[in-house]
Amino acid sequence: MNLRRDVFQAIADPTRRAILLLVATQSLTAGAIASNFDTARPTVSKHLQILTECELLQQEQNGREIFYHINAKKMKEVADFIEPFRQRWDDRFNKLEAVMKKFK
Amino acid sequence: MQQKTNVHAEDGKQELVITREFELPLNLLFRAYIEPEIVEQWMGTKVLKLENQRHGSYQFETTDPMGNKHLFNGTIHEFEPEQKITRTFEMEGTPFPVQLEFLSFESMTTDTSKLTMHIIYKSVADRDQMLQMPFRQGINMAHNRLQDYFNHIK
Repeated sequence: MNLRRDVFQAIADPTRRAILLLVATQSLTAGAIASNFDTARPTVSKHLQILTECELLQQEQNGREIFYHINAKKMKEVADFIEPFRQRWDDRFNKLEAVMKKFK
Repeated sequence: MQQKTNVHAEDGKQELVITREFELPLNLLFRAYIEPEIVEQWMGTKVLKLENQRHGSYQFETTDPMGNKHLFNGTIHEFEPEQKITRTFEMEGTPFPVQLEFLSFESMTTDTSKLTMHIIYKSVADRDQMLQMPFRQGINMAHNRLQDYFNHIK
């Protein structure tokens, strides 16, 4: 079992990405999240556990129920990691576009 | 401002997908990849060799702000005008392994086109290290400038 617990591990799985998209719009209970998937309930629980350990989801007790909501700050880490690389290509391609526009 | 260049890096995979939509017709976008004088302008590099054909190869030389020369080279595996270029890419004199690049060119409208670069690395670690390169370089350059500054006041 891979013990890595960071945002990259979290978003590596398609079901976990789907969970994040669901929770991004509103806080949901584990049951409500699971009802959106054909996957077995324990599997969804496992994904929720990983997402929580990766700090992408936060649990909030509301009466007898636990709601999951998204931790947007942590999500930003993913974008920040790639950003300098993306920026470099963006600069290069902007230059390409500017150079080639002269030939039009 | 909307980001024009998108980098898709899925975790745990040794690949990257870079996409970019250009406000250029397909023929101009493709020319930017095959004419050495044009490549030199937008890549900021000197083109020592560029043989755009199957079994052809290329070699570029860049000079960094410190005056150091860096060589890049690769072999062209597939070349279909205004459609695709498949090539390898290697940074000479660095521990980075060779990477494989699939470039595909598509026309969107008469005035716009799209480039998709699919890059395969030797390992996940190599890819992640490459992603962090511009950041590291930025830090190195800042350190060098700092060093210069202190050398001057000594």
